[in-house]
Amino acid sequence: MQPMTTEQIRVLIARGKLKDTVFQALGIICLAIGLLVIFLLVGDMLMRGLDRLNLEFFTEFASRRASQSGILSAWVGTLLVMLVTAAAAVPLGVAAGIYLEEYAKRNWITDIIEINITNLAAVPSIVYGLLALGIFVYTFGFGQSILSAGLTLALLILPIVIVATREAIRAIPSMIREGSMAVGATRWQTCRYHIIPYAMPGILTGVIIGLARAIGETAPIITIGALTFIAFLPPVPFTATGMDGASAGLFDWVMSPFTVMPIQIFNWTSRPDPAFEVNAAAAGFVLMGMVLSMNAVAIWLRYRMRKNIKW
Amino acid sequence: MQTHDKPQLKAEARNLNFYYGEAKALKNINMPIYDKKVTALIGPSGCGKSTYLRSFNRMHDLYPGNRYEGEIRFYPDNTNLLSPEVDPIEVRMRVGMVFQKPNPFPKTIYENVAYGLRVRGESNKRILDEKVEQALRGAAIWEEVKDRLQDLAPNLSGGQQQRLCIARALATDPELLLFDEPTSALDPIATGAIEELVHELKKRVTILIVTHNMQQAARVSDYTAYMYLGEMIEFGKTDEIFIKPNDKRTEDYITGRMG
Amino acid sequence: MSANSASDLPQVSDRLAKNAMRHVSERLIESVLFAAAAVSVLTTIGIVYVLVTESIHFFQNVSIVEFLTDTQWTPLFDDAHYGIMVLISGTLVSSGVALAVAIPMGTIIAIYLSEFANPKVREVAKPVLELLGGIPTIVFGYFALLIVTPLLQKIFPELPGFSLLSAGLVMGIMIVPYIASLSEDAMRAVPMSMREGSYAMGATKLYTAIHVVVPAAVSGLAASYILGISRAVGETMILAVAAGMQPNLTWNPMEPAATITSYIVQVALGDLPHGSIGYQTIFAAGLTLLLITLLFNILGQWLRRRFREAY
Repeated sequence: MQPMTTEQIRVLIARGKLKDTVFQALGIICLAIGLLVIFLLVGDMLMRGLDRLNLEFFTEFASRRASQSGILSAWVGTLLVMLVTAAAAVPLGVAAGIYLEEYAKRNWITDIIEINITNLAAVPSIVYGLLALGIFVYTFGFGQSILSAGLTLALLILPIVIVATREAIRAIPSMIREGSMAVGATRWQTCRYHIIPYAMPGILTGVIIGLARAIGETAPIITIGALTFIAFLPPVPFTATGMDGASAGLFDWVMSPFTVMPIQIFNWTSRPDPAFEVNAAAAGFVLMGMVLSMNAVAIWLRYRMRKNIKW
Repeated sequence: MQTHDKPQLKAEARNLNFYYGEAKALKNINMPIYDKKVTALIGPSGCGKSTYLRSFNRMHDLYPGNRYEGEIRFYPDNTNLLSPEVDPIEVRMRVGMVFQKPNPFPKTIYENVAYGLRVRGESNKRILDEKVEQALRGAAIWEEVKDRLQDLAPNLSGGQQQRLCIARALATDPELLLFDEPTSALDPIATGAIEELVHELKKRVTILIVTHNMQQAARVSDYTAYMYLGEMIEFGKTDEIFIKPNDKRTEDYITGRMG
Repeated sequence: MSANSASDLPQVSDRLAKNAMRHVSERLIESVLFAAAAVSVLTTIGIVYVLVTESIHFFQNVSIVEFLTDTQWTPLFDDAHYGIMVLISGTLVSSGVALAVAIPMGTIIAIYLSEFANPKVREVAKPVLELLGGIPTIVFGYFALLIVTPLLQKIFPELPGFSLLSAGLVMGIMIVPYIASLSEDAMRAVPMSMREGSYAMGATKLYTAIHVVVPAAVSGLAASYILGISRAVGETMILAVAAGMQPNLTWNPMEPAATITSYIVQVALGDLPHGSIGYQTIFAAGLTLLLITLLFNILGQWLRRRFREAY
């Protein structure tokens, strides 16, 4: 190779920099597509569904007539299912995270648990639906209830909560642990009074992200056989139920049939009558609003956490 | 051609200041670099010797907020390496660098050495083969790796990796070769091999080497500069600096009273 | 001290008793925490148990050879055929389309964010990607059916209302954030000294990214692709909404077809009696899905070991 002249080198550099610029533009375009999809989606649903986005939409049950259909049973169902999911996933996930970070010895049992959690995160959500169908619905006899759905989604988001808990705990410097142990606190006292409070924002972020994922999950809930047409609400505790006038117990609602937002949307999108598309759009907009605001809260929490905590 | 008394200039720092954001890291440095000589930069850690070295190939341009003032003149064409009109890539094509920790690319031994040639658009297999062999021989590692050129470079030992990195830098025939504490991550035997190599290389290329090891500076260099708190305290022939330094601070450092 | 020793004694034993109590409760708490961690293992065992037992019942009626080689899938017809390849073809074609979008786009975004973008752009872009990844899949299904399909029909007038192409493209967009985010993490973990080595040779940003950073991060990239594949193969609702649900042995993305997942949804929407062969097919399908996911994950593990990070 002859030594290159300055001119040749400059041409070479110019060409390389051009490629840099082209690639940079490509990267921005790809990012913009993502952003565009969000805007397009939200915008389209808002435009299409605007007519239906009024108070009645939230207070009416689904109906055969598109223009009179509402999402009352769907949003109540979503809320209740999330309640069960959170009640199951948060204690289980946080406890598991604490065990793995603070208690677990390095042995094959711990290894199995860790590998298992990683692998569960890659299991398709519909498979959780099949698990729930076989175990919760038929073996435990919970039927197609809020309880079955809530527990299914809890198992689904468990890995998210566990991983978030572990990461939050791992970020706590060991001097805090040692300081607490040094004054005679037991391991649990250290966790209870130091580790858990300090890890709380991180855990909370994980829980919100997990719930945001659960709220939009459709496949596992369809798989357990949740009905798609529900024109009643679960029994309110201590009020008379319709049929026999007996008072409902505190937890009767967990065994009630239900529907949730995503199933309602699925139901409406799969109707041939385009009038229901409007309902699907409006409901989709509401669901997007729920999910995006939950994610936004989580992102904001994490941002604040990163700013505030200086050990 | 080159006389012993008056060696030719390869580069020269003129009133060089450097800032990391607001912090001034180099203060008004003036220093010649002589052609086909080894110049060592010594001084306590944090004195700016690495900062100074990395100015020669505009490494600081990779990070935002860094700023140069003054000039580094590069000869024979008398270009100011630090001029905003001069592309840092152009500078790096003329000035090679070997880092503190060996940093071979996750590629084969062959492709590591061919890297700079490929960057320059060379794809002729025959030329590449020839240049790779030349560079590996130049870095005294050819005999060890000639039968395993297609092995991954990160599988080599630390000392071999560093010589490979030297070969990588040599393959493109740089005019100036920068060494940033090249032996600090190596054992004494590997260090010895690198020092010998540096001695050998100065026949072909001008060398600027940062070292924290004064014996090393004394062993390998022709000229030595002592830096302290971002200033150039003293520059001179290595023998003179080590035997009778002019500045009290240099003397303190060399005799081990500080640093 | 000795004068008081008599009165000290009960106190000491009190404290000992308290210590012993403390010890017991500590052990108890540890056991509870361990049980929580073990739930994830139980989940896996439950999944395998349910899928395998129901599939065994299924394979008592249908031979594995027929299952793997039949070219029709009509389990609910009188003339029942059980050729899983029909569903697998739909799954592979839609996943193929999705990955053809997601892998290049995700990788380009990752390289752009890790090697080119300034920190401010990155700080905005990452949450946007996260929001995109958090959109419920049912909403993406709506997007595919009501926005993307009509758009595509303008380009390909012969495209039917349901197609693997439209569903696959939207699935691709859905997967982009996962691949981009994981790949970016992997590339940012490449030490700066590696990049400096390349820049010092006179390389441009793009050259450095492609020839040094990407090869150094290859195992992380592979992991992100495998996760993308798992998501694509397991994705349900987009396909159920936008790809049509009729079984169709095809390799043409322009056609509608059922996938493994959308078949499960279709069956679950109906009212199949527990224990019937139709009921069992969804578990056999689910097992197939899980095995495909597992296969890709094992492949991923192998790739990771083969190309372990070289720094």
